[in-house]
Amino acid sequence: MSAGAEEREARTPWALTAPALLLFVGVLLIPLAMTVMLSFHDWGQYKGIEPVFILKNWHEVATDPYFAEMFWRTFRIAILTTLLTALLGAPEAYILNRMSGRWKSFFLLIILGPLLISVVARTLGWALLFGGNNGLVNKLLMSVGLIHAPIPFMFTETGMVVALAHVMMPFMVLSVWAALQRLDPQIENAAMSLGAGPATIIRRIIMPQIMPGVLSGAIIVFSLSASAFATPAIIGGRRLKVAATLAYDEFLNTLNWPLGAAVATLLLVALVFIVVGSNALIERRYAEVFR
Amino acid sequence: MAYLELDRVAKQFGAQTVVDDFSLSVGKGEFISFLGPSGCGKTTTLQMIAGFLDPTRGAIRLEGKDLTAIHPAKRGLGIVFQSYALFPHMTAAENVAFGLEMRNVPRSERAERVRAALAMVGLAGYEDRHPRRMSGGQQQRVALARALVIKPSVLLLDEPLSNLDAKLREEMQIELRQIQRTIGTTTILVTHDQNEAMSLSDRIVVMSQGRIEQIGSPQETYEKPASAFVSQFLGRTNDFAAAIDRSVAPAQLMAGSWSTPAPAGLNGPVTVSIRPERIGFGDAGLGAKIVTRIFQGNHWLFQCESECGVAIVIRQNDGKAQPVEGEAVRLTWRPEDMSVRARAIA
Ligand SMILES: Nc1ncnc2c1ncn2[C@@H]1O[C@H](COP(=O)(O)OP(=O)(O)OP(=O)(O)O)[C@@H](O)[C@H]1O
Ligand SMILES: [Mg+2]
Repeated sequence: MSAGAEEREARTPWALTAPALLLFVGVLLIPLAMTVMLSFHDWGQYKGIEPVFILKNWHEVATDPYFAEMFWRTFRIAILTTLLTALLGAPEAYILNRMSGRWKSFFLLIILGPLLISVVARTLGWALLFGGNNGLVNKLLMSVGLIHAPIPFMFTETGMVVALAHVMMPFMVLSVWAALQRLDPQIENAAMSLGAGPATIIRRIIMPQIMPGVLSGAIIVFSLSASAFATPAIIGGRRLKVAATLAYDEFLNTLNWPLGAAVATLLLVALVFIVVGSNALIERRYAEVFR
Repeated sequence: MAYLELDRVAKQFGAQTVVDDFSLSVGKGEFISFLGPSGCGKTTTLQMIAGFLDPTRGAIRLEGKDLTAIHPAKRGLGIVFQSYALFPHMTAAENVAFGLEMRNVPRSERAERVRAALAMVGLAGYEDRHPRRMSGGQQQRVALARALVIKPSVLLLDEPLSNLDAKLREEMQIELRQIQRTIGTTTILVTHDQNEAMSLSDRIVVMSQGRIEQIGSPQETYEKPASAFVSQFLGRTNDFAAAIDRSVAPAQLMAGSWSTPAPAGLNGPVTVSIRPERIGFGDAGLGAKIVTRIFQGNHWLFQCESECGVAIVIRQNDGKAQPVEGEAVRLTWRPEDMSVRARAIA
């Protein structure tokens, strides 16, 4: 092969990926870099944004307990949401996988159907059911006399976790489902023939093998929940803020863009660290199952 | 007395009958093969013995006790699956130990038995390997050790060697037979490989479309096939259209120009089955012309155009001159080497 052809061959992959690469750089990397830069700029009520390099915003985010509280709440909600989806989603996927033909596709549709509906609509649904005195469920329970005051849901962390778990459930179910597809179809029979009962089979044979699926689902759910905007915005409003709604507020209500940029950047960096770190841990721990 | 007995067992999936009227009694220590083409119901039958499927009709008994009433986890059978179904998150030793753990065998005895089982299948030193880091043959051995370590009353093998290459398969066949002879476990092997069935088993159950075609020793099923299906399925065979003439005395069976005194019972059109290696070239007999001849080292393979259609002949390479392509020959065989069946006229 001539040197020219070799060179052309080496360039081909670049040429082929160029459009996607340009799009990636244009709409993701450049705005991201600008956001990071923005977080070092100054801002004043009357002077607006000043393109200087200072650490004021970062200092404020790091020292003001208000921001610490927001971030702890964000991660607390994300962790609880992840736990809830894992606890409900993994058994759900397992049961679904054991169903026969027609029922399986029916219930799969029910589980994945919500993905077709906007997050806003789904969250508003929860608000309709539990929103204060007028929420349908609250009204019903109160009229029956089971409760005297409406179940607190709106503007509570519990409400946010429940609504987020509902929104995120399909990701967990799909992830565990994918892990279940990798199981040998005879594996349960094999364990049974060796004398294992149903509980032992699930605990000793199934669980260890679908754990990677649960954990990768958990990473997806965690990062989506921690950066979720629509659900916290509707359930928590401006009373119960999380990192994403906080950044939004700084940008659009206070108009302190540099501070909002610092919050957004911190959220991104924290998430990247958590996700990459746990991914590495999982892959090391489950090397045998992943191969 | 029969050790394991299947009594008119049948299995239906919806309207489809997959296994029907399956009766078999297996002696203690016997090695039985279920042999048949894909989809004939071998796995289904094995799974009914294992308890993963319930028979629609019929009974399965082990030492006289009804096996279908016992939960699969309590049957104490050893099973090797076609896909091995090893536990990928456990090491070889943990895989083998699992059945013993379920039986609450004390830890020290467990370790000893696991070691012995792995050594028996030639895997000493592989205790801490995970299945995905083992070759197909090694995984197969782990699966065998895992099934045998619980001292099963019956060992069920579902095409255990079909994923191995030809050479390894042959080695494993020999090994499997030796192990089975040594420990004397009653064994049922499912296979669609006739050589495997013949070289391993005491008796072969030839199946077709959910029914038993023949039960017999390898020699019996090969030499005296009970049906056209069996003779076609077990090795090559020549089927010649022939006729029995009872108007002459003594009655004659005639296949083209080859004839012999007719066997008792049959009359009219018949089919004569004869193995290629039992046909010789002679001065009189079925007229034929050699179409191709192929040298295969220890034997010659001839394809001939005969009076009764295509004929295949295998001759030992004994150093003597053999007929050449295009040569006219006469095919003869000993009457006791053929089997004769009635033939319906189309
Ligand atoms: N769960 C099931 N539902 C419906 N039909 C089934 C089911 N399991 C098996 N069958 C049918 O039963 C027939 C026999 O299947 P079986 O698996 O016993 O065949 P086999 O002899 O083991 O074939 P192979 O050599 O390909 O493994 C097939 O026609 C198959 O389609
Ligand atoms: Mg099969």
